[in-house]
Amino acid sequence: MMMRRLVAITAVTLATATAALAAASEADFKVALAAAEAAEKDAGALKNRWTVTEDALAAARKAAAAGDFDAAVAGAKKAEALAQASIAQAKEQQEAWRDAVVR
Amino acid sequence: MARVLSLCMMALLAALAGHAAAADAIDPGSDFKAFRDYFIKRFPDVPLDDFVNGPYSMDADLRKQWQAIDDFPPYDFAVDRGKAMFATPFKSGKSYGDCFENKGIGIRQNYPYFDEATGKVVTLELALNRCREANGEEPYSYVKDEMASLTAYMAFTSRGKRFDIRIPSDPRALAAYQKGEEYFYTRRGQLNFSCASCHVQNPGNHIRTEVLAPALGILAAMPIYRSEWNGMGTISRRFVTCNSQVRGVPLAPQDELYRDVEYFLTYMGNGLPVAGPGARP
Repeated sequence: MMMRRLVAITAVTLATATAALAAASEADFKVALAAAEAAEKDAGALKNRWTVTEDALAAARKAAAAGDFDAAVAGAKKAEALAQASIAQAKEQQEAWRDAVVR
Repeated sequence: MARVLSLCMMALLAALAGHAAAADAIDPGSDFKAFRDYFIKRFPDVPLDDFVNGPYSMDADLRKQWQAIDDFPPYDFAVDRGKAMFATPFKSGKSYGDCFENKGIGIRQNYPYFDEATGKVVTLELALNRCREANGEEPYSYVKDEMASLTAYMAFTSRGKRFDIRIPSDPRALAAYQKGEEYFYTRRGQLNFSCASCHVQNPGNHIRTEVLAPALGILAAMPIYRSEWNGMGTISRRFVTCNSQVRGVPLAPQDELYRDVEYFLTYMGNGLPVAGPGARP
């Protein structure tokens, strides 16, 4: 019984690890890129895009063009994270700027 | 007891409402006084008019270098070029002087201004390009040498005149002023800096090798020759560079928000003399 459970757990773990290690596909990249672009569009609406986000997006597209979808997906996810940080900054500053005014 | 509680609640709400109104009130006159007092108190040894000299008002060694350089000002060529451009007629037969009061001579201290017809802020750079377009010419880039040369010449003819930026009691002008103020104090870019982080909170301190200029009078010497740029730069170029340096994507040159920042910041320097064109490290 114990042995059977151990085998099952090992199988599930291996399957998960294999999936994680599997090479990213173009479809994975498109999903990651769409999320990053949407976040960057929101940052643009707040007039607060970051240059590093643009750099990460460009690097992701370049990697995808070269067929390296692992790097492309990683780059797109990095870009999305940076864009989300710029959105958070802009929202926080919508009121916080007043605290810095010389009075 | 209930009555006492109710009165306390009303008093609290009234106090909160008063606080919110104070935070939202737009009062350029009080901002101006507080802004100026801040710099005077922080730098009591700097004569008021000297703030227009930026980092040279903050650092004695840098000042000596500047005084040596100023024997042969690096912006002279831009003034000469601007003067020639200014005098050259457009295809229409008119010239820049026809677009400005006093033929464009000695008027830098009045820019930017709030245009009541459009409800927008008009900078000198914008007015120059509008003049070109009205006379059938292509507008110049706001960040390149032609615009820097024209504004250098116009600033040169205005040297020593005192900035006199007006904010009419028009809600649109007050809104433009406040948008400029908000942009100036808002942190942005991956480095999380605002304009004020450098030029209000840290003037006189170094960022790498650069001595940070005080915000008071910071636009008075524009346009400037910057050794770092190996050439002249307009106010537009300076704003774009500032945003890029904190890893923010800059706005388009002469974006309405940049014009509002120029309006706010130049108003803060009212009464200081025009010192442009200038030279900076």
